[in-house]
Amino acid sequence: MRMLKILLWKELLQIYRDPAIIRILFIMPMIQLLILPLAADYEIKNINLGVVDHDHSEYSRQLVNKIVSSGYFRLKDYSATFPQGLKAIESGRTDLILEIPTHFERDIVKDNRSSLFVAVDAVNGVKAGLGGAYLQGIIQNYNQEVRTQWIQAQRFDEQPTIEIASADWYNPHMNYRVFMVPGILVMLVTMIGSSFAANNIVREKEMGTIEQINVSPIKKMQFILGKLIPFWLLALLVLTIGLLIARLVYGIVPLGHYSTIYVFATIYLLAILGLGLLLSTYAQTQQQSMLVSFFVTMIFNLLSGLYTPIESMPAWAQLITRFNPVSYFIEVMRMVMLKGSGLADIRYQILALIGFAVFFNGWAILNYRKRSG
Amino acid sequence: MEKENVIVTHELTKRFGDFTAVDNVSFAVQKGEIFGFIGANGAGKTTAMRMLCGLSLPSSGTATVAGFDVYKQNEQIKKHIGYMSQKFSLYEDLTIRENIRFYAGIYGLRDERIREKTDLLLQQLHMKGAERTLVRALPLGWKQKLAFSIAIVHDPAIVFLDEPTGGVDPITRREFWSLIYEAAGRGITIFVTTHYMDEAEYCNRVSIMVDGRIDALDSPANLMQQYASASMDGVFLQLARKAKRSGD
Ligand SMILES: Nc1ncnc2c1ncn2[C@@H]1O[C@H](COP(=O)(O)OP(=O)(O)O)[C@@H](O)[C@H]1O
Ligand SMILES: [Mg+2]
Repeated sequence: MRMLKILLWKELLQIYRDPAIIRILFIMPMIQLLILPLAADYEIKNINLGVVDHDHSEYSRQLVNKIVSSGYFRLKDYSATFPQGLKAIESGRTDLILEIPTHFERDIVKDNRSSLFVAVDAVNGVKAGLGGAYLQGIIQNYNQEVRTQWIQAQRFDEQPTIEIASADWYNPHMNYRVFMVPGILVMLVTMIGSSFAANNIVREKEMGTIEQINVSPIKKMQFILGKLIPFWLLALLVLTIGLLIARLVYGIVPLGHYSTIYVFATIYLLAILGLGLLLSTYAQTQQQSMLVSFFVTMIFNLLSGLYTPIESMPAWAQLITRFNPVSYFIEVMRMVMLKGSGLADIRYQILALIGFAVFFNGWAILNYRKRSG
Repeated sequence: MEKENVIVTHELTKRFGDFTAVDNVSFAVQKGEIFGFIGANGAGKTTAMRMLCGLSLPSSGTATVAGFDVYKQNEQIKKHIGYMSQKFSLYEDLTIRENIRFYAGIYGLRDERIREKTDLLLQQLHMKGAERTLVRALPLGWKQKLAFSIAIVHDPAIVFLDEPTGGVDPITRREFWSLIYEAAGRGITIFVTTHYMDEAEYCNRVSIMVDGRIDALDSPANLMQQYASASMDGVFLQLARKAKRSGD
C-alpha cells in the first residue's frame, strides 16, 4: 500500500510537470469538442438524396417534402425502381436512397405500421451515415405528425408506427451534435487510455529508469497499478470536462444518469488501459508505441459506429465491431444520452467490457517481465 | 581468516542465440571488498552484472548473491542490493529531493528515515540548497554522484556499479571514488565495472574480462607483478591483445 502510494505520488508529480500532457489533456479535448462538430455540421447540410417512391400517395409526398425542407437534403434523383436508384448512388449523384414501399399510406392507415428502406453509400461513409441518421430522425418526427392527425381525425388510441428498416434512432431533434459529441468524447478517452499510459511506460524504458524499478523489490502488480491509476483518473477527468462542455455549450443533457456513464467508463478504461499496457510491453521506443497505438485507435474509431452506423456496415465489418471496445462505449453513450438507458439496459455491454479488460490486462501482465530471458 | 563470500558464481554463462556473451565465469566476492570488473567494450561486463542483479536469466551455471540463488530467489536478492546502471537512471523531471524520496520509498524506508537520509546525503554531496533543483539541470558529475548515493540509500549489502564514472572529468572521478571508499568503509560490498585502468588500481581485487571469459583475477599489485608491468594499463594491454570481439 505504501509502495503504491509512493509510485502514485511520483507519477502524478511527473504528469503535473509535463506541459505537453496538460496541453494534450485539456486543450485538445476542448478544441475537438468545439470545432469538430461545427466543421462537420457544414458538410452534412448538403446530402444528396435519391427517392424511390412506389406508393405515390399523399403521405409519401408529404414525407419527401418534409425531408427536403429540413435543409439538410437535396433531392437529386427520383427513380421508379430501386436498381435505378442504386445507379444514381454508384455514379456519385446521390449519397443515399429512401425507398417508400407500395401501400405505405394504406399500411399506416390500416395497420398503424409501415416500413421504409434507407440505403446509404458506403464510400462516403461519414456523409451518408450521418445522412441516414438524420433521415431517420426526420421520419420519426414525421411519424409523430401522423399520430397527431390520426388522433384528431379518428380518435384512435393506438399509435401508428413506421418501422425504419435500417436502424432504430433516438435523436428526434435531428441534432447532429447530439450524435457526434458523445462519440468525440469516447475517442478522446480512448486515446488517453491507450496511448498515454503506454507511452509513459515506454519512456521509462528509453530513459533506463525501468531498470532501476526492475532491480528494486517493487512487485509487478504495484508497478502496473502505479501506472494505470493516474491515467485512469486523468481520462475520467477529461470525460468530466467533455460532459460539461457538451452540457454547457451544446446543451446536451443525457436522458439517463451521468452515473451510468461513469460506471461504464470506469470499466471501459480498465480495458483500454490494459490495451495500452500490452502495447508498452512490446514497444521499445516511444515512436513505436505512439505509432502502434495511433494505428490501433484509428482502426477502432473507424469501425466504432461513430462515423458510419454499424447497421450500415458490411457483415464482416459488423462482426469486427463486436471485438472493438470503442463501439461498445459509443453505443452505451448514445443509449444513455438519447434513450435514457440505465445499468440494467447496458449489462451486456458491461459484461463484454469486463471480458476485454481481463483479456488485455491478463496478456499484458503475463508479458511484463522484471527479468529478461 | 577466511572472509565470508557475498557473491559466488560457478561457470555462469549467458548466451544470446548462438552468441556467448558471458562464458563460464567463476569467481567469489568477499564481504566488504571493492571488486573491479575490467574489460573492453563488449567484453560482457554489463551482461554478467545484470544476471547477478536478477535482471537477466542466466543460460547456465550457478550463482548466489547475498546468499540467494539467482534463478529462484531473484526477488530476495533485490532487497539486499543496490544497482547503478550504465545508463543514467534518475528521473530528470524530479528534483534531487524527490528522487531521493522516491528511491528510498520503493525500498520501504519510513518517512522519518527518508528525511534523515536526505539531510545526510545532501550534506555529504555538498548539495544543500540545491535540493529543489530538477535533476535535468545538474552537471553530469553531480548526477552520477547523486545516482550512486541513491543506489545505496537503503544500505544494501552489495552495490553494483556499471561504469559509474563514464564520461566525467578526473577530479569528479576522484570525488566519486572517495564516496565509494566511504560506502565500503560502512561494510557495503562494491562490485564495479570500469574501463579506466587507473580506477582498477583503486580496487582490492580485479577480474579482467576478455570476450566473455575471466582471464585474470587478483589484486592489482599481484597482477602487475605477474605480468611484469608497472601499471594496470600494461596488464590489461597484454590480456586484451587476445580479444577477438570488437566493442559495440
Ligand atoms: N540483449 C542482448 N541480445 C543480444 N546480444 C547482446 C544483448 N546484450 C548484450 N549483448 C552482446 O553481448 C556482448 C557483451 O555486452 P555487454 O555485457 O554489454 O558488454 P560490456 O558491458 O562489457 O561492454 C556484446 O557483444 C553485446 O552486443
Ligand atoms: Mg557495459
